Amino acid sequence: MTTLPTSDPVPTRPAPVGATSVRTPHPGPDDARPLVRPTLRLAGLHARYQFLETVRVPIAVIGNTVFPALAMFFFVVPQRAVASDPVAATAAVGQLGMFAVMSTCLFTYGAGVSEDRQQPFDPYLRSLPAGAGPRMVGRVVNGAAFALLGLLPLVIIGWLFTDAAVTLGRLLLSVVVIAASALPFLLLGLAVGYSLSAKAALPVVQVLLFPMAFAGGMFMPPEFFPGWLDAISRALPSRAGRDLLVQALTGEAAPATALPVLVGWGVLFAALVVWAYRRDEGRRFH
Amino acid sequence: MTSSTAVLEAEHVTRRFGATLALDDVSLTVRAGELVGLLGPNGAGKTTLLSLVTGLRRPDLGTVRLFGGDPRDPASRVRLGLTPQETGLPATLRVGEVVDLVAGHYPDPMPRGEVLEWFGLADQARRQTGALSGGQRRRLAVALALVGRPRLVVLDEPTTGLDVEARHLLWAALREYHASGATVLVTSHYLEEIEALAQRVVVMGGGVVLADDAIAAVLARVQVRRVGFSVAADGRAAGDAGDVVGRLPGVVGSRRDGDRVEVLASDADALVRALVADGVAFTGLEVRGASLEEAFLALTGSTPAVTSPPPRPTEEMAR
Repeated sequence: MTTLPTSDPVPTRPAPVGATSVRTPHPGPDDARPLVRPTLRLAGLHARYQFLETVRVPIAVIGNTVFPALAMFFFVVPQRAVASDPVAATAAVGQLGMFAVMSTCLFTYGAGVSEDRQQPFDPYLRSLPAGAGPRMVGRVVNGAAFALLGLLPLVIIGWLFTDAAVTLGRLLLSVVVIAASALPFLLLGLAVGYSLSAKAALPVVQVLLFPMAFAGGMFMPPEFFPGWLDAISRALPSRAGRDLLVQALTGEAAPATALPVLVGWGVLFAALVVWAYRRDEGRRFH
Repeated sequence: MTSSTAVLEAEHVTRRFGATLALDDVSLTVRAGELVGLLGPNGAGKTTLLSLVTGLRRPDLGTVRLFGGDPRDPASRVRLGLTPQETGLPATLRVGEVVDLVAGHYPDPMPRGEVLEWFGLADQARRQTGALSGGQRRRLAVALALVGRPRLVVLDEPTTGLDVEARHLLWAALREYHASGATVLVTSHYLEEIEALAQRVVVMGGGVVLADDAIAAVLARVQVRRVGFSVAADGRAAGDAGDVVGRLPGVVGSRRDGDRVEVLASDADALVRALVADGVAFTGLEVRGASLEEAFLALTGSTPAVTSPPPRPTEEMAR
């Protein structure tokens, strides 16, 4: 290709188009049976660009990361009774960690998906030679990455400013538990994302997130709840996830109902996603 | 692949949205190497047809095949390239990144530098697409359609909003790509664009194919001719020059600009004979074929818009 005059600051004249290129771009061969790129490669591609798109609007990332850390600083660190009790402090890190994950899931998949659906680039991406899988994998990978990012400051604050303590084995188990407990919230996020417009999805996510977090014992340990609130709380997925995570971290036994409650909500949210996605197919387009 | 191989086939395709019948028993075949223009007003069914071809939707009835396969199967779309809507580029991604993202879906894409250079975007590679001008975004959209070296390129309104010069350069690029062996399907509201690019025109309206033929044949099918002449304003003519149009037969539209009269006639010969017989003193008689816009409006049953004829160089009329 020859050197082309491209210094024109206001390029009203796209000089190189077709005119001076030595080598004419040409279509690919038509004999070979075309192959879709390997799914893993495509998933990596989508994960990379979804990540870039997200971090270029840093406020969402900062919000998800900073809020749990601030809550930790204001509500846990100053309370010496909690902060100096290894079990209570570890539980506090756990419940705010569960909150961070829940928040990331609902915002990334709820607000994020509904926003993407409104972008004209969304149908374009779906018309490229790739199935739905790579984009979904990209979403899950990004959700997990940002959730982890939200957890890091919590763990560091808990480690530096409180007496929270955990063994390596329990920490690893907790990572597994938190990933599994994130699933129902991921599904809830997707259900919101596929059924509502971006304008509606954001307030709905907030309305779901904060009451569920509070009643789930993520800001205040459920031991301080009155009986009636505790009864409601035990039926919530947020409480179930929190209890299971605290059990993994501290060994403090979760109620026997926690796992069935979490699985039950998970099934319900999965059904909602399927319903919303199918209903959406016909309306997404004009 | 011989020249008769069908790249794209739609057979008796029907698609409705609620009460709206977007496509009504549409059949269309595009063969390898063709350059087809798809023309029609908003709501004609063009967008719906393209969404079936690109696998975004399924037809209610009928079949759509892309390179012999189901367009909803990603493998069928490996040799398909299409333009995103200009407004649809992810604003925070850089130009080079969007090109890489799209190129990453194809087995043998053009190198990023090459495609950006080709479309005059090399200097913009590190800019976010949100910071591009409308023209640059248009060029990027076409670049994205071609970066995967597709055998079939579908261009939806490729040069909307571009100035004349940029449009002509982009057309040259598309013709060049077509000449190197690709099949091109282009939709446009710019009739000039279809006239400049396409060899074959498919006119859609109300969810059906109204006409599907070579450009010249479509123009010939609608017997509308543009007749222009000047009448003297000082009234020295035998007849009344002011009302001459009202006395002529088969006028489907007219425009008066000072002395100059432009008439769209269903039968130009009869009109000219009547004009002579009328005795009106006219000069500068001109009879031309109708533009694609006029032909298309006649096909869709609207009144030809002679009130504001687009300025059109004659060599384009001759196409």
